[in-house]
Amino acid sequence: MQPSKKQIAWIKAGLFILALMPLARLFWLGFHDDLSANPVEFVERSTGTWALVCLLVTLSMTPIRLLTGMTWQIQLRRMTGLFMYFYACLHFSTYIWLDHWFFWSEITADIVKHPYVLVGFSAFVLATPLAITSNRAMMLKLGANWKKLHMLVYPIAILAVLHFWWLVKKDIREPLIYALVLALLLGTRLYYKKLGSSRALRAAPEAQLNQQH
Amino acid sequence: MLIHKKPDVLPSEITPPEVFENRRQFLKAAGFGLAATAAVTSGLLSIPAQAASDVKHGQKIGRFTKSAYSTNEKLTPFNDVASYNNFYEFGTSKGDPVQNADTLKPRPWTVSIEGAVKKPKTISIEDIFKLAPLEERIYRMRCVEGWSMVIPWVGFPLSKLINWAEPTGDAKYMEFISLADPMQMPGVRVPILDWPYVEGLRMDEAMHPLAIMAVGLYGEVLPNQNGAPMRLVVPWKYGFKGAKSIVKIRFTDKMPQTAWMKAAADEYGFYANVNPDVPHPRWSQKTERRIGSGLFSPRIKTQPFNGYAEQVAQLYTGMDLRRNF
Repeated sequence: MQPSKKQIAWIKAGLFILALMPLARLFWLGFHDDLSANPVEFVERSTGTWALVCLLVTLSMTPIRLLTGMTWQIQLRRMTGLFMYFYACLHFSTYIWLDHWFFWSEITADIVKHPYVLVGFSAFVLATPLAITSNRAMMLKLGANWKKLHMLVYPIAILAVLHFWWLVKKDIREPLIYALVLALLLGTRLYYKKLGSSRALRAAPEAQLNQQH
Repeated sequence: MLIHKKPDVLPSEITPPEVFENRRQFLKAAGFGLAATAAVTSGLLSIPAQAASDVKHGQKIGRFTKSAYSTNEKLTPFNDVASYNNFYEFGTSKGDPVQNADTLKPRPWTVSIEGAVKKPKTISIEDIFKLAPLEERIYRMRCVEGWSMVIPWVGFPLSKLINWAEPTGDAKYMEFISLADPMQMPGVRVPILDWPYVEGLRMDEAMHPLAIMAVGLYGEVLPNQNGAPMRLVVPWKYGFKGAKSIVKIRFTDKMPQTAWMKAAADEYGFYANVNPDVPHPRWSQKTERRIGSGLFSPRIKTQPFNGYAEQVAQLYTGMDLRRNF
């Protein structure tokens, strides 16, 4: 299956609207006073969850290529990656604004003292250069270094899942699902890398695809 | 005017979020991007089945007096008190108990009294209601997770129940054991905690006039999700000390191993007194979010012993509260 250029444009437009739905939902629920008894926690949790979902979607593009040989979905990766950063920004803003009201000394202490906050904050900081260098001009400017820089997405993903895991009190079933999906996605990559000579890897048109859009 | 329409779909028909999440992740991993898209959309469109305004009210309690021990702070709305609960026997999300606790049968109900007592006995919930005059006590409730409520409980001093139970001189501690019936409580089918839920108090803490057994709130019998038909309320301690749906009370000479101590001894101690100076290992306890204050109100400062220091601090003189957390 290889969608035409026009179809890709439509898919991108659809994905863009879809990715805004979690935000629209928050506004809808907020407007109807239906953000639960603890609305701050609800918004914080929701934006964090969707940042993580977008991150995993972003990381699934290559495994899909490795498993199926399909390549067109790689063109969606920048958008899903940027939506990850968008929801991470909302998540972080909720934390410093609605949750802690810019009480900087408390926020700093919270980040430094509490590992789950620290790993989440680190993931956010590490994601910032990726968001900044996601456009075509930066890609051309950085050349081979661009790919190296964007390898940061792997530690970011691991930190983000740890952030969720260490936050829960006892019931780890939900973070476990994210951890398993991440393991599956990274495992697929490692497996194909080990195969080394696999055709899927040699035929990899990812570098060119990244340059194309 | 906003009119909240009952959803056409029964709450029980809606896929639980963890199952849904699971399914979505699986689909994505398998590479069915479009199928996942459909799943996400349907998830976004499913408005929470139980809108806050829908929480059911219970039977009114006939007679109770107002207690002088009450705070005059603004009450947390009934809907919030009865829809945001930690009651793992009905699920670990705070919205789970209100959805799942319908299966709990709080009548008929008996509580058995065991251990260091003159004679083991049982008491029916009807007799518990007659054990002592009921009082309304408006207490602050501070959860170990960093949020708090102001709740108008209806209950009676725990000391009245203790006097009726006639403990012997060997009784140094009290153990409170909650119901753990997998038929009534879906959550106990999952080994999240070592069921049944167990909590405990030292005898002098239990005899303190502020410690109560609650049988109602907001002038009504306890909603199932709040621990019907009888639960412990110890306002100077973190909320998890308040064992819910109690079926057994045991007097012992040894400090009970509570459910949360067994789950994570380094995070949850036996005393669990509210203390802004002793952080939870993973988060600060300096501040709390008052439930019902809305999206745009800042946290408030947490008080030592949840603001009841004047009444209870003497129970702990000479104790290192950092070690005995």
